[in-house]
Amino acid sequence: MSILVNKDSKVIFQGFTGQHATFHAQEAIRMGTQVVGGVTPGKGGQTHIERPVFDTVKDAVEQTGADVSVVFVPPAFTADAVMEAIDGGIKVIVVITDGVPVQDMVRVKRYLIGHDTIIVGPNTAGVITPEACKVGIMPAHIYVPGRIGVVSRSGTLNYEAVEQMSELGLGISTSISIGGDPVNGCDFLTLMKQFAEDDETDAVLMIGEIGGSQEVEAATWARDHMDKPLIGFIAGATAPPGRTMGHAGAIISGEDDTAQAKMKRLAELDVHVVQNAAEIGRTVQQSLEREECVA
Amino acid sequence: MNIHEYQTKDLFRHYKIPVPEGRMAHSANKALTAAEQLGGEGWVVKAQIHAGGRGKAGGVLLAKELDEVREHAEKLIGSQLVTKQTGEQGRMVNRVLVEQMQDIKAEYYLGLVINRANQRITLIASAAGGMDIEEVAAKSPDKVINEVVDPAVGLQDFQCRKVAASIGLSGKQINMAARIMKRLYRCFRDKDALMAEINPLVITGDGQFLALDAKMSFDGNALFRQPEIADQRDFDEEDPKEVEASGHDLNYIALDGSVGCIVNGAGLAMATMDAISLYGGRPANFLDVGGGASPEKIANAFRIVLEDPNVKVLMLNIYAGINRCDWIAEGIVKAVSDLEVNVPIVVRLAGTNLEEGRKILADSGLQYIHADRLSDAAEKSVKALAGGAA
Repeated sequence: MSILVNKDSKVIFQGFTGQHATFHAQEAIRMGTQVVGGVTPGKGGQTHIERPVFDTVKDAVEQTGADVSVVFVPPAFTADAVMEAIDGGIKVIVVITDGVPVQDMVRVKRYLIGHDTIIVGPNTAGVITPEACKVGIMPAHIYVPGRIGVVSRSGTLNYEAVEQMSELGLGISTSISIGGDPVNGCDFLTLMKQFAEDDETDAVLMIGEIGGSQEVEAATWARDHMDKPLIGFIAGATAPPGRTMGHAGAIISGEDDTAQAKMKRLAELDVHVVQNAAEIGRTVQQSLEREECVA
Repeated sequence: MNIHEYQTKDLFRHYKIPVPEGRMAHSANKALTAAEQLGGEGWVVKAQIHAGGRGKAGGVLLAKELDEVREHAEKLIGSQLVTKQTGEQGRMVNRVLVEQMQDIKAEYYLGLVINRANQRITLIASAAGGMDIEEVAAKSPDKVINEVVDPAVGLQDFQCRKVAASIGLSGKQINMAARIMKRLYRCFRDKDALMAEINPLVITGDGQFLALDAKMSFDGNALFRQPEIADQRDFDEEDPKEVEASGHDLNYIALDGSVGCIVNGAGLAMATMDAISLYGGRPANFLDVGGGASPEKIANAFRIVLEDPNVKVLMLNIYAGINRCDWIAEGIVKAVSDLEVNVPIVVRLAGTNLEEGRKILADSGLQYIHADRLSDAAEKSVKALAGGAA
């Protein structure tokens, strides 16, 4: 089944006619994604890359049956665009935009309550179910279909891990980067619950980083509820305290935030912890072999 | 983004949060004049730097006589103040805040943060004022009151009264403190703050509340709509190389090792630094070139990293998604021809346009150490450090 998106997903782009959205919509189409149109207020009725442009998400959903949106609008207008997508009935919203004010996301999260929608991002590389649906900015060709679910904060570290796995013949069911902001649309736990239910996912790789407690929360849940191996890595063992390491959320504010403390907690929660990012692929492989032996 | 205490107190005055009378001064003479204008029977001279822990580090000095104000200011201005938050090298004090000394009857803590766990603005209060709130929370969590704000309706009066009562206030004090909480919240919300702290909030001998200290930090992502906050940025408080790097849209943080790093993406950059350390080296910096890096941007990254005299090896690790390996390679060739590069360069490229990138490097005749994988790159960098490979 994969999670969040699949070959039946009907995708729109918000900020459709912009340069980046256009490029990534074309890339998505090339991989076989059903891109059914886009939204650019004021340009409704036009055609862009052979697909209809709508003024509002409501129009787009009514006329195309879209259920997934990729948001490429500038930071000042992102919160409004995301709430418009929630209101329009979109089920999965992927927010690529980097630089969204934190308090805007606090309000968006409040607005989300009571709606059956998942937001991925902001500041994310997006979501990909290989050879079925690409809603993000990742290089599609490195994602081979398979049975490992991946959740990460970072985009490029996700690519790194996926390449290591594909060299070992391990493919991906769905891969999601949740983004590096302190207030995310969705957290690791939300996705862990989906992977636990997914018949096409045999194991989950979680790539976290310093700051916050999301990784530990997800691993705690997985220990009690998920019957699949969980492999974990935390970036930032050499990060100095009190500094924001590129991602707004990647900051050591207390002892629990350090990579060392988080990896220790994960190990206590029966996660297969990777110490060296260069060993992610091999650790996933070993943990699968070990589980088979036990079975 | 942080601002100084005197700037935060100006902002507080605008929001009618009571603060002591005070004047900022750049020199000992100005500090003396400030004290004369303020009048009273005692003054406090406070070093203005963007770091906490000033009191214990000797950055807050009391004066009974006007002459003492001048002496204290003389001592502080131009000195490097080392607090537990500044690191060993300390921070240069360029200005002081002179305030009237206050008659303090009680001290409290009041703060607002964006709580990452519940993803909402959260009011924090404690009767243990004037102390490090994180220490208080660790040792006696029951002494710290948290009240979560619903973003749909904002902080409510009843919540403020509840918090005021919980930290032991009574009678009229409850409404007085509640008003301050409400105003601090408005300021926090209006200005896109990430953190606001009044520590201590005091009650004076005549029963008035005063924000004796004041600290705020703001969301860098929101500065586009907060021009008057952005104008208060003090570049003297930041590492000049980090400021320069941010001007080129590079995210650079200096560290104290010897392997210079140029990486794309914050997560991969951290993981690369960690790998270097696992192979026995130490990273000289964090540097994220971001997405869509042009050859010029890569050349600038080279220059900034190589300005650090501790750098003995330079390692590039690029996993191109929206980046392009050919542009990265062009940037490397450009940097090496523009700059004098005297250290070994380890290059690991992967992703979009990899073959084109490798060809550009091969055709350029550039001397560099090739790495296929992250592990390779980290291992070869550390070996090159020891002079083992070239």
